[in-house]
Amino acid sequence: MSTVELRGPSAPATPAAPGLKRARRAENRIGYAFLAPWLIGFFVLTAGPMLASLYLAFTDYNLFRAPEWVGLENFTRLLDDPRYLQSVKVTLVYVLIGTPVKLAAALAVALLLNSGMRGQGFYRSAFYAPSLIGASVSIAIVWKAMFSDAGIVDVVLTGLGGQPGGWVGDPDKTMPMMILLATWQFGAPMVIFLAGLKQVPKELHEAAAVDGAGALRRFWNITVPMLSPVIFFNLLLETINAFQVFASAYVISGGQGGPAGSTLFYTLYLYLRGFQDSRMGYASAMAWVLALVIGLITAVMFRTSNAWVHYSGESK
Amino acid sequence: MSTATSTTTAAALSDPAPVSRKARRQQGALTRSVVLHVLSIAVLVVALYPAVWMLVSSLKPTNEIVGDPSLLPSSAGLDNFRTALAGIGGVSFWTFTWNSLLLAVLSVVGTVLSSSVTAYAFARIDFAGRRVWFALMIGTLLLPFHVLIIPQYIVFQKLGLVDTFVPLLIGKFLAAEAFFVFLMVQFMRNVPRELDEAARIDGCGHARTFGSIMLPLLRPAIITSSIFAFIWSWNDFLGPLLYLNSPEKYPLPLALRLFVDQTSVSDYGAQIAMSVLALLPVMLFFLVFQRFLVDGVATQGLKG
Repeated sequence: MSTVELRGPSAPATPAAPGLKRARRAENRIGYAFLAPWLIGFFVLTAGPMLASLYLAFTDYNLFRAPEWVGLENFTRLLDDPRYLQSVKVTLVYVLIGTPVKLAAALAVALLLNSGMRGQGFYRSAFYAPSLIGASVSIAIVWKAMFSDAGIVDVVLTGLGGQPGGWVGDPDKTMPMMILLATWQFGAPMVIFLAGLKQVPKELHEAAAVDGAGALRRFWNITVPMLSPVIFFNLLLETINAFQVFASAYVISGGQGGPAGSTLFYTLYLYLRGFQDSRMGYASAMAWVLALVIGLITAVMFRTSNAWVHYSGESK
Repeated sequence: MSTATSTTTAAALSDPAPVSRKARRQQGALTRSVVLHVLSIAVLVVALYPAVWMLVSSLKPTNEIVGDPSLLPSSAGLDNFRTALAGIGGVSFWTFTWNSLLLAVLSVVGTVLSSSVTAYAFARIDFAGRRVWFALMIGTLLLPFHVLIIPQYIVFQKLGLVDTFVPLLIGKFLAAEAFFVFLMVQFMRNVPRELDEAARIDGCGHARTFGSIMLPLLRPAIITSSIFAFIWSWNDFLGPLLYLNSPEKYPLPLALRLFVDQTSVSDYGAQIAMSVLALLPVMLFFLVFQRFLVDGVATQGLKG
């Protein structure tokens, strides 16, 4: 290891005495001993596979024959694959509409709970519960039953004068159904918003109220800027999560992304290509495109965050 | 500051008619409180309706489930549970439960052991390269699992480990889930350094300091991690779907899918009963440990 690394805050600037040097070496040894399980995991389960899938993305590979180098063919074929383009469309709609809707619901409920009412702790826990079970196969089955033909949603909406018909079999309604399922799990970001709201100094609101600012103006000019680091965190986390939805899509769509490809989420299509059709090179190319897109979104969000995320100087 | 003075002047100005003002303010506070509670209860109904509907539907005959929004069954019975508990294709329901339990418990053990050791290295040992490894560890939080599953599958397949629990568990014992390491590092950073430095001065090595000072103090973080590790393993679908082929090795989520595939599409009764059974441990965990879970999410978010 380089000696530059060794010069931590506690390391002396003058050449170290032999005893100190020995102590540093001992510290290094024990440090890497503690880190060993994670290091093995990092190389064997993360870094190694990452490089391997990067290589496979440029090959034709089906698990039984040796990988065959095909250059950029997998990537160019993606652009001509209507099912792939459909999966991109489905996932983008889900991320771009579902995430803001879910976060808006989370923020609205957090504001409600933060208004100094009694029983806040109870509501907070109860609202969090769907986040814990929402991604399970069980809830996907429940959702499917509730939104099926003559299911309760159908019955209630027909009773209110809507068009009869379940949402599960209607390609135009499966996406709203999936977004509702995501929004139902608003609890986790809500808990984080609520913790952030508690850090907003009350004096700021009081001062602004005295100066004649209404509730809406105080929300825009005090709450939103003070909360922006938490909004940023939630937005990043939920966006990345939304790209990876799988179990609910699999169960609700019957494993094939139907009807009419309307629930063919990116991860589902990747699974179908890689593990059902054994097109592992093609699926690896899909995985890397996704990783690059998520990386790009993360980078853009961090870059633009300077403009809208406000970190107050004095708070830690 | 001007804030303080302006509030006092405002209070002084409102002095002339203190009684009526006060009464009106109290009434306003009451209306406000009622409105807030009505709104909260409305949200509560939306948040809990699907779960309650699931519980109630599991007791109804199938022809009553679909299209019946009411939460009171006209005839309650345990028939659906009898069907669900009968098992699938000769494999008993309890076999699936046992598989789920085994996977979840081993996941908890592996996650707690490996994550706490890793977190101690990052939080308390001043070794060369620490910052670089820590940054890489945080980086894996943002990495989509998609770029890993295909090569991982190929390796486990070549090693003959497909259709065993090894691929599902090995990552837990190697601290592959950065979320837990991060959670424990954050917790350890809030433990006063004097505690373990005193032990170090008394001649304790890192191993003993970790075992007898840090681990006991880490209890709340260990409980939070254990619950999340348990629930995530219990609900995991993609992992078992990729790696397990024999139904007698299936955990509950895979068994559920098999059940849905095998029963006729409209037999929601038994499907929902089985869904309830599969979610029961998660619901119990939630009822008992909700504080740990919700507080874990709250602190995790703020310090992120």
